[in-house]
Amino acid sequence: MIASGPEFRGKALTSGTACGAWIKLDEPLSFWGGVDADGRVIDVHHPQAGTSLTGAVVGMCSGRGSSSAAAVLAEQIRTGHSPAAVVMTEVDTILVVGALVAAELYEKHMPIVQVDESVFAQLAGRVTVRVDVAMTARLTTMGVP
Amino acid sequence: MTGTPHLTLTPDQQSSLDGRRGPATAMAMRLVCGVAEAAGAQRLRPIDSAHVDGCLYHGQAGLDLVEKFAELGGRVAVRTTLNVGSLDLLHPGMVRTGHETSAAAALMDAHVRLGCEPTWSCAPYQITHRPAFGTHVAWGESNAIAFVNSVLGARTGRYGDFMDIAAALTGLVPDTGLHRDHGRRADVVLDCGDLPGALLETDSAWAALGVVVGELAGTRVPALVGLPGNLEDGVTEDRLKALGAAAASAGGVALFHVVGVTPEAPTLTAVADALTPVVEVDLAHLRAARTQLTTAIGDTVDAVSLGTPHFSVREFAALATAIGAGPRFSPDVTVLVATSRAVLQEATRLGYVDIVEQAGARILTDTCTYVAPVLSENITTVMTNSGKWAWYAPGNLGVDVVLGDLHECVASARVGRVVRDDRLWT
Repeated sequence: MIASGPEFRGKALTSGTACGAWIKLDEPLSFWGGVDADGRVIDVHHPQAGTSLTGAVVGMCSGRGSSSAAAVLAEQIRTGHSPAAVVMTEVDTILVVGALVAAELYEKHMPIVQVDESVFAQLAGRVTVRVDVAMTARLTTMGVP
Repeated sequence: MTGTPHLTLTPDQQSSLDGRRGPATAMAMRLVCGVAEAAGAQRLRPIDSAHVDGCLYHGQAGLDLVEKFAELGGRVAVRTTLNVGSLDLLHPGMVRTGHETSAAAALMDAHVRLGCEPTWSCAPYQITHRPAFGTHVAWGESNAIAFVNSVLGARTGRYGDFMDIAAALTGLVPDTGLHRDHGRRADVVLDCGDLPGALLETDSAWAALGVVVGELAGTRVPALVGLPGNLEDGVTEDRLKALGAAAASAGGVALFHVVGVTPEAPTLTAVADALTPVVEVDLAHLRAARTQLTTAIGDTVDAVSLGTPHFSVREFAALATAIGAGPRFSPDVTVLVATSRAVLQEATRLGYVDIVEQAGARILTDTCTYVAPVLSENITTVMTNSGKWAWYAPGNLGVDVVLGDLHECVASARVGRVVRDDRLWT
């Protein structure tokens, strides 16, 4: 039996609709130098090195490091290797611009959502993200006992 | 998430967004405004210059964007320098070519067509692009961002690929974060007063300190107290360049203050208040960072990489002095020095490049040894004095690294084994 959890709200930084397994990063991660073109974490200093982020709803408190992360993310969106969505507690505009460029060039939309820490802590299982025209994001969880 | 103020544009900015300055500027305005909305900015702010990091090839998307801007007739609205590309255009044999070579060259060319200056350097601040104190700019490349904010006291956000070229095309950035006085206050004080003075005479100590600062500060603004230095002497500038590059790699540091040294922090009270938390930084922190930046198990050295960020003229002088009349580097060790064209020209004129090349080193321009395939594939262990290089190379290149100071790098390159003096670190 799949349980459906409550609905949470956040501020959408980019638009789109997505659904995927929730992967919460235990430490900040730079997409440049930290994630390869196939969406796998390659930062040897990161506790989740080896994990694939492709198709997941990735939770991160903040980005880290290189200013080239936008290009890596846009390319992953273009090739279909990006996360399904990114949920963060602190705005990372570097990732935002990567998603905006992918939307401009390819009409592929990856939602990036900012939520309060209380919401962030409750996300689990499979997470669905929907963004309305007022850029309000609605997040629902499934598969949480 | 309620009550977020909305972005308000001036009539002139609105007309840019609506296409009055052409479709390329309008598209760039959509990106700038999207980022401004995400960041919660209420207005846009004009900038004096830009430094664009998008010329390093990361895939088709980056090329598609810049070629789209060029095809739409885009031109940069402010002075714009360029960061490293993926190729050494001056020394074509240095970077191995592959299936992405032509795309990488096209990306570099498309930026020049938009009106950017072909500086190809991650240290434009040591060439001619040194923004004045208090001016607003839009810079990409994490080490350059940290330097321009911290050492020069100009103001830039942490702009990444795409945002930097969008800002250059529009001449505008969101008025938020580090552009505002409030965003430049220190969030944490790092007390470095107990670090041994003799250790701080080595460049690797500043690289290790950068990693510690990055790990302790994350994306916050740290104020460092208890450090020696004077920006008039030149040495301090290169040390803070190394520190900032490592702090931006290990954390997300875009601005740091060094009290009594950097221009916005003549005193601690100028940047922090009584409630700002204080963290002690001691020798154990630096030792741990040096250990973290040394992944090699054995003591064989196959290569030495210098010049991340790009070597300055002063760093060339220091290397030439360290080489002195000593023996050449071991033929088994590849020694690479990365720099900008402009610094290469000046260092050649001053005779440093001859000394460095005669010792057996090779010079790389326009790009960098950890973003381009320069090192031969059978190289497994690389020594460097750069915290940034040591941080990224294991992941990027799959090599093991050893952090050492400039003199240790020279000594190790001569014998092909790690030569390090641990006395200062214990």
